[in-house]
Amino acid sequence: MNQLLAVLIDGLIYSSWLFIIAVGLTLIYGVMKILNIAHGSLYALGAYSAASLAGYWINQGHAPMGSYAMMLVAAILVGLIAGPVIERGLLRFMYGKDEIVLVLVTYAVFLILEDFIKLTWGVDPYFLYQPYSLLGSFDVGNLTYPVYNLVLFGMAVLIGVTLVWVLTKTSRGKMLVAVIHDREMAAAMGINVSLVYFVTFTAGAMLGAVGGALTAPMISVQPGIGAETIVLAFAVVVIGGLGSLPGAVLAAVLVGLVRSAAVHYRPELDLFAIYFVMAVVLIMRPKGLFSVQEARKI
Amino acid sequence: MKRDFTIRTLVGVLIALLLAGPLLPRWAMFLITVSLCYGTVVLGMMLLMRTGVVSFGHGLYYCLGAYAAGTLDVLFGVSDIAVMLLAAVAVTGVVSALLGLLLRKYRDIFFAMLSLAFSMILYGLLVKTSALGSSDGFNVAAKTLFGIRIAGTEFERYVIFAVTVLIAFVAAVCMHKYLASHMGRLAGAIRDNELRVEYMGASVRNTIHVNYVMSAVLAGLGGALAAVSVGHIDPEMSYWTTSGEFVFVAILAGTGNVLAPFLGAFIFETIRSFAYEYSPNTWQMALGTTMLLVIMFLPGGLWSLFTRMRRAA
Repeated sequence: MNQLLAVLIDGLIYSSWLFIIAVGLTLIYGVMKILNIAHGSLYALGAYSAASLAGYWINQGHAPMGSYAMMLVAAILVGLIAGPVIERGLLRFMYGKDEIVLVLVTYAVFLILEDFIKLTWGVDPYFLYQPYSLLGSFDVGNLTYPVYNLVLFGMAVLIGVTLVWVLTKTSRGKMLVAVIHDREMAAAMGINVSLVYFVTFTAGAMLGAVGGALTAPMISVQPGIGAETIVLAFAVVVIGGLGSLPGAVLAAVLVGLVRSAAVHYRPELDLFAIYFVMAVVLIMRPKGLFSVQEARKI
Repeated sequence: MKRDFTIRTLVGVLIALLLAGPLLPRWAMFLITVSLCYGTVVLGMMLLMRTGVVSFGHGLYYCLGAYAAGTLDVLFGVSDIAVMLLAAVAVTGVVSALLGLLLRKYRDIFFAMLSLAFSMILYGLLVKTSALGSSDGFNVAAKTLFGIRIAGTEFERYVIFAVTVLIAFVAAVCMHKYLASHMGRLAGAIRDNELRVEYMGASVRNTIHVNYVMSAVLAGLGGALAAVSVGHIDPEMSYWTTSGEFVFVAILAGTGNVLAPFLGAFIFETIRSFAYEYSPNTWQMALGTTMLLVIMFLPGGLWSLFTRMRRAA
C-alpha cells in the first residue's frame, strides 16, 4: 500500500516536471510546426543561469527566500534574450522549409548553444541545493517529501492553466489558435503572423528556461543535461500528439507514472520504460494520443 | 558504354589505400579506418534520405552491430573478424526487417521520432545491463581473421584497416549499382511524390522497407567495424546524439553520389580528432555553424560543389 502511494506521489512529481519541460516544446510545434531541439539548450541555459544568479544571491548573504525570485528572473532573462535572437536571427529565414530541415536547423542551434554553455560556465558542475531544502518537508503516511516538490507541481498547474486561459479566453490567444489552424487565412484576416511567431517562440523559450531553472536545485548542473532532457521532452510531446496541450498533460502523467512504477519495482528499467511507452503509443496511434486528422496531400 | 566516373574513382582510391596502408603512420591509418566505418553508416543514411525519410535513430543499428560483434566473445568465445561482421549483419538485418514492418508506414517527423524511440529503448536497456559494463561499455578485441591469428602480430592494424577498406569499397560499389537500378531510382520518385509512384504501380512501402533494411545493415557493419578498430564499445553508440551526427554528416556531405558520405565522414572525423586535441569546447559550435551554412547556402551538401565544378568544366 505504502509503496503504491509512493509510486503515485513520485509519479505525479515527475509528471509535473515532465510537463514543465515539454510544454514549451509542444507550444512552439503547435504554432510554428518546428520541433525545436534547441529547447534542450534553453533548458540548460535556464538551469545554469538560475544556478549562477541564485547562487550569487545566496552567497552575497541576501535573504535565501529571494533565491526563488532570482531563479525565475534568470529564466525569464534567458527566454527574453535567447528567444528573440534565435527567432529573429535565424528561424524567420527558414519558415516554409520542410519540417525535417527545421529539426536539423534547431539541432545546429542546439550544438552551438551546448558549446556556448561550456565556454561561459566551464565544464565543472554547479550546485544550487539551498532552494530545494529551504522550504522544509512534509509527510504523507510515513514518507517524507521536500515541499519543493509541491512548488514544482504548483508551477506545472499554473503554467497549464495560464496557457489554457490565454488560448481560450483572450483575443490574442484566439488569434493564435487561428494561426494554428490556417496560417495563410489568418494572415489574410489581418493577423500579424510574424509577430505571433515571434511571441510564441519567445514564450516557448522562456518556458524551456523556466523548466531548467526549476530543475537546477534538484540536480547537479553540468554539460549534457540539455541532451538528456530534450529526448524526454520529445517522448512527452510525441506521445501526447505534437502541438496538443491536453495531450502533453496526459502524456506527462502517463510517462511520469510508468517511470515511477519502474523505478520502484524494476529500477533497471526506468529509461527503457519511458521510450517503450513512446514506441507503443506511436505504434498504436501514429500521431500521438491527441492528434488532428489531416487531409492527404497530393 | 561510357566508363563510370564513380567506379573508377572508387577503384583508384581502393588501390591507393591498400598500397599506401603499410607506409601510413599509425594515426593516419586509424583516422582513415574510423572515417570509413563512419562513412559506411552514412552511406545507409544517404539511401534513406534519398527515399525522403530521415531516421533520428540509426544509432540503434550502429550500436546493435557493435554489440553483436562484441558480445560474441563474451557469450561464445568467438573473436574472428569475419564471424563478428556476419553476426552484425544478421542481427541488424533481422531487427530492421521487423521494425521496418512498422516504420514503413511512417513519414517525416513521425518516422524520425519512432526510430528515435527504438534507439533510446536499446540505450535504456544497455546502460542498465551490468553484465555488459552498463554505461562504460566494454573492450572488444578481434583475435583472428578467417582463423588466422592477427592479434599481437605486426600486421594487426593493417589487416583491420584493409578489411575496413574492402568492405567500404564493396558497400559503395553495390550502393552505386543499386541506386542506378530500377528499384534504386524509385527512391527519388518516392521523395518527390509518393502518390504518383503508387499510381505507376510501384509499392512505396516495400521500397522504403527494403531501403531501410539496407541502411540498417550498413549501419550495423559500420558499428561492428568501429568496434573492431576502436576496440571499445558503449551504449552511447545508441544515444540520440550519435544518430544526430549521422544525419549531420549525411547533410554535410550531400546525397548526390556514393563517394560523398565517405568524403563527409573523413572531413568530419579529421576535424573531430584535431578539435578534441586543440579546442574541445568549441568544436560542436563549429559543427553547428557549418550545418547552418550548408542548409542555407548549399542544400545539396558539399558534393554539389563537385558537380557544379564538373558542369562548369
